[in-house]
Amino acid sequence: MADTQTLVRQKTASKAEQAGLATRRAPLAGKQGGSATVILVPAEAASRISLRARAEDVGALSKGLGLALPVKPKTSATAGERTALWLGPDEWLVIDQSGADLVAVAASSGALHSATDVSHRNTAVIVSGPGAAAAINSGCPQDLALAVFPVGACSRTIFGKAEIVLWRMAEDKFRVECWRSFSEYVFGLLSEGAEDAAL
Amino acid sequence: MLLIYCPYCEEERSELEFRGAGDAHIVRPTNIADITDEEFEAFFFLRDNPKGLIFERWRHIHGCGRFFNAARDTVSDRFYKTYKAGEPKPELSAILPADSDKGASK
Amino acid sequence: MSGANRIAGAGRLTPAKTARFTFDGKSYTALQGDTVASALLANGVHLVGRSFKYHRPRGILSAGAEEPNALIDVARDSARKQPNVRATVQEVFDGAIVSSQNRWPSLAFDVNGVNNLLSPFFAAGFYYKTFMWPKNAWHKLYEPFIRRSAGLGVAPKEADPDHYSSRYAHCDVLVVGAGIAGLSAALAAAATGASVVLCDEQPEVGGALHYDSGVTIDGTPGYDWAQATAARLAAMPNVKLMTRTTAFGYYNHNFVGLAERVTDHLADPDRTQPRERLWQVRAKRVIIANGAIERHMVFANNDRPGIMLASAARTYLNHFGVAVGAKVGVFTAHDSAYEAAFDLKRAGVAIAAIVDCRDRPGEAVLAEARKLGIEVLTGHSVTNTAGKLRVSSMTVARNGSNAGRRINIDALLVSAGWTPSIHLFSQSRGKVKFDAEHQRFLPGTYAQESVSVGACNGTDALQATIDEAIAAGEDMARAAGATAGGKVTVNAQSTFEWTGGMIGAGEGAGPDTTVKAFIDFQHDVCAKDIRLAVREGMHSIEHIKRFTTNGMASDQGKLSNMHGLAIAADALGKEIPKVGLTTFRAPYTPVTFGTLINHSRGKLFDPARKTPIHPWAEAHGAEFEDVGNWKRAWFFPKAGETMHQAVDRECKTVRNVAGVFDASTLGKIEVVGPDAAEFLNLIYTNAWDSLKPGRCRYGIMLREDGFVYDDGVVGRLAEDRFHVTTTTGGAPRVLHHMEDYLQTEFPHLKVWLTSATEQWAVIAVQGPKAREIIAPLVEGIDISNEAFPHMSVAEGKICGVPTRLFRMSFTGELGFEINVPADYGQAIWEAVWARAEPMGACAYGTETMHVLRAEKGYIIVGQDTDGTVTPDDASLNWAVSKKKSDFVGIRGLKRPDLVKDGRKQLVGLVTKDPKTVLEEGAQIVADPNEPKPMTMLGHVTSSYWSENCGRSIAFALVAGGRARTGQTLYVPMPDKTIAVEVTDMVFFDKEGGRIHG
Repeated sequence: MADTQTLVRQKTASKAEQAGLATRRAPLAGKQGGSATVILVPAEAASRISLRARAEDVGALSKGLGLALPVKPKTSATAGERTALWLGPDEWLVIDQSGADLVAVAASSGALHSATDVSHRNTAVIVSGPGAAAAINSGCPQDLALAVFPVGACSRTIFGKAEIVLWRMAEDKFRVECWRSFSEYVFGLLSEGAEDAAL
Repeated sequence: MLLIYCPYCEEERSELEFRGAGDAHIVRPTNIADITDEEFEAFFFLRDNPKGLIFERWRHIHGCGRFFNAARDTVSDRFYKTYKAGEPKPELSAILPADSDKGASK
Repeated sequence: MSGANRIAGAGRLTPAKTARFTFDGKSYTALQGDTVASALLANGVHLVGRSFKYHRPRGILSAGAEEPNALIDVARDSARKQPNVRATVQEVFDGAIVSSQNRWPSLAFDVNGVNNLLSPFFAAGFYYKTFMWPKNAWHKLYEPFIRRSAGLGVAPKEADPDHYSSRYAHCDVLVVGAGIAGLSAALAAAATGASVVLCDEQPEVGGALHYDSGVTIDGTPGYDWAQATAARLAAMPNVKLMTRTTAFGYYNHNFVGLAERVTDHLADPDRTQPRERLWQVRAKRVIIANGAIERHMVFANNDRPGIMLASAARTYLNHFGVAVGAKVGVFTAHDSAYEAAFDLKRAGVAIAAIVDCRDRPGEAVLAEARKLGIEVLTGHSVTNTAGKLRVSSMTVARNGSNAGRRINIDALLVSAGWTPSIHLFSQSRGKVKFDAEHQRFLPGTYAQESVSVGACNGTDALQATIDEAIAAGEDMARAAGATAGGKVTVNAQSTFEWTGGMIGAGEGAGPDTTVKAFIDFQHDVCAKDIRLAVREGMHSIEHIKRFTTNGMASDQGKLSNMHGLAIAADALGKEIPKVGLTTFRAPYTPVTFGTLINHSRGKLFDPARKTPIHPWAEAHGAEFEDVGNWKRAWFFPKAGETMHQAVDRECKTVRNVAGVFDASTLGKIEVVGPDAAEFLNLIYTNAWDSLKPGRCRYGIMLREDGFVYDDGVVGRLAEDRFHVTTTTGGAPRVLHHMEDYLQTEFPHLKVWLTSATEQWAVIAVQGPKAREIIAPLVEGIDISNEAFPHMSVAEGKICGVPTRLFRMSFTGELGFEINVPADYGQAIWEAVWARAEPMGACAYGTETMHVLRAEKGYIIVGQDTDGTVTPDDASLNWAVSKKKSDFVGIRGLKRPDLVKDGRKQLVGLVTKDPKTVLEEGAQIVADPNEPKPMTMLGHVTSSYWSENCGRSIAFALVAGGRARTGQTLYVPMPDKTIAVEVTDMVFFDKEGGRIHG
């Protein structure tokens, strides 16, 4: 058993080795799922901040972050590995795939804001394939027709009994962000939705 | 299930994303520590529960997170208007269609 | 041979494609596409059930969803079994096990049939009268009797092995019903480019075209046109066509629930398929094309097997190829029934007579009847029938005359005309209007963005229906924003235009009070029952409905409502609109629980929230308890330990050595911004300006009414950044409460709130050896007592991982709470454990946490408080700032009731016998001998065995509690009265030195 072995190793490990042993365990590690028309993959670890700021500070923050923070509801902006999702009139979820220290990046803007690290609070599932929207609509009440929820659109919403942040990355590819303790539920419902979407 | 226009998201969304938050336009007195028992009772406890037009608060809790106000008919559940928190209470004539019954709101 | 009554060449089913099924154990052959009803009729089976109250033999009345009689139990195996299925809707599949219901020991001989003879005792309102007295008899006699004899179907005992799914969908135009009107409307809407959903409850589209053989559309037979049109629609990318899909509920803002039956008709369904799928459709516009439902005639003994709606007999003939009898009578008030007789006659069935209660039926149908040699008796009525298990004769009399002629028949087709199906319109909160000329209710004022077309809108003529539907389809699509061109034209002809119709009691429904002229078949409501209800003072139709249970059966009065209303209006001497119509409610037809629940079962019933350390706890044998949606480690029993032994050991170990506790579920809110301290000043009773970065404080939060709402430790990380903790269960509502005030009362403050509950895994290390355990792991923080005293916070690293380290304690011991980014939670826990375990420390769970905090007098908001407790009641006045001019609850605290003497206060309780542990929730009295009702002083809020104290300890809310310190009070229990002494709330380490260790 892996757990026991870790334990044994830690008992005999020096402090430095213990530091090295601080392995990261993603809540959805090892999960896979989907159906003939939907692929479900846990997203790679990424750094994330919940960014809050007033309208007058958006310009400076955009400069600091290297992308134009979206100010239109349900829209996102991406530059390289970094994406900012509009969640509310003064709220963005910024995701950086390269793992950059977003709190520090935001601070470097010098503008008044609040940046709270939520890299570990959230986790995500990438839902792709021709049945992706149908799978998500098994529990999400939003209209995911392309005309209404186009590529790049994003929204905090509901998925069954969990809150999610939904981002359409491509026509048939979505990122479903949720809090880590809801991820098992979200993945489970997505799995059933994916199966149903294939029928 | 209601369909509610969020004035911040500028879109109609399912009631599932929202949470009701009671009557609107009840102002917390700035000198609240000094008000009389009667004033506190009126501020905190007394509500009209009208049949017809009501001004009420909603929060788009599973959306943009914002509180906002709505003018709704409690009988038909029709929303006459939703508007951002802090905006003044709209004039009845501006929101009520000509055919509607007058609600018992103040 | 698929039944002796199958007529060669008739119907649309393929004779070679058969299916076998059993009914009450007997095997029958059906054709694929048969309903259970059509297959039974083909095999000459008319008797299919017993009525609810009188247990009268009942047959198949209809050919659709309105069926009140033919309720059956359909099973594949012992678990896949559904009661109360309408035989007229259930499609036969090979191997179906079908049983009749509500009979014992058999359908043909039912012991409870005696109820029919006892019927004088079962008059309307008998529930309210018969079973009222004596009171004790209800539980012992009446209720068991009613439950045993009145049950409809029997639910399966096993869990449902099928699965169900759900889908949200949006469309421009939803069309409900795929008959002539619905198909035409859908064609027109689809031609504009609008997204269209078209649904129909039947396996195939067509609606009335199933039976109406006299309709030609665009040069082809109506039914064939319908199928071709459906194929055209289904091929369009902007159309979704769903059959076997019932629009069961029309809710607010064009939200319509559809139940799609996916596998119920299949002999060997693919188990990956859901049995049913719930569609929650939000439509910009809705077109209701529900059609109309034929009414039966109300006369004496109108319920015998073999008596059937005329259109149903036509469906069985024209669609299923089944003759419902060999010598058939017709009793009608409407021209449409004539066509049933014509079709049957042409198929070779003898028609005994058409009895028409009208003096002047339509000329065209009369002429056709003459041509076919069918006897028509106008101005006559069927006044009675005979036949035990199937109708054998009808008595026909000239209207107003008592002298009747008996005519032998084996089936009787009835029609009182057509009731527009306004259920969905009514559910949408539209206001109906009464069409006096045709004695029917029609859609009047719409409450939502919808329109009714065709028969459900009172539009009877064929081409008018089509034109109306096409116009509505285009209008609704345009209103929904569709812009593409495309005109649709559909031309149709029908053989006859229909006239006629009546509602209420016919000639044979008696004025006399013993005649059983049924209105509501399923609930055995007769015309006389409605009259009785009126005589007994029920004047509102809503009261009459409840008194008689008319329309309250699973068919929801689809056939009975109008008759009941007309009889009531007659008895009341009022016009029908003055008596009013009862409210139609969802669902239109019964929906399975499985469909409504869909994915929310088993693991998906509710999210089971687990902490990052959960896998470790699970691997180390923890028992878990539910706290909200969280699974929390409750205690860690060693081999052979009971819960109490484990908790006692954990409690001792923490105080003697140390313990490690997973506190990750604690709510955390990051409060950031230049006005953060000012905001917290307004939200908490405490003052926060004075708290220096690096320090923590216990805070209390009130509601505006002055009662304690939540509590927790708040750490100041920087001038403009606070780390707020809340109770586990309180996290979401506390954030909501804070956001409410921030957004709507204090929007001028520059501060933002972010939930960080799940960002951090929290490992509490508590006990004398806590510092020794963590010291070698921590980097960059001096955790000595001097540099890092109780109630400190610092950011640094642990095992190379960033940490927010708190020096705090919920045990009264030297304690730390290590916050690390959640993905590292288990690794850091394991590193801590690797040091703690060799020192003799333990992992402990929530139970030990509860005991240890109680030993120290720390309250848990929500357990020791209940929403009516002030800070003073909980002896927490020290945490209420006296200097602030405002905070939430400041005025509430001054309310007269909140400052008066004698309030319930939180105190400690010790039992006189130290071994006795009180029950939480137990009531407390001053005088155990006081006569009942005794004066309750309060109740026990927390109670534990404290191994550290060697005795039981408890908290209680007691009126005037603190002044009673030292007094003896009593806790009366069912078996004994327990004497207790009121104490302060600190039971262990009263001086509080250990926390600073």
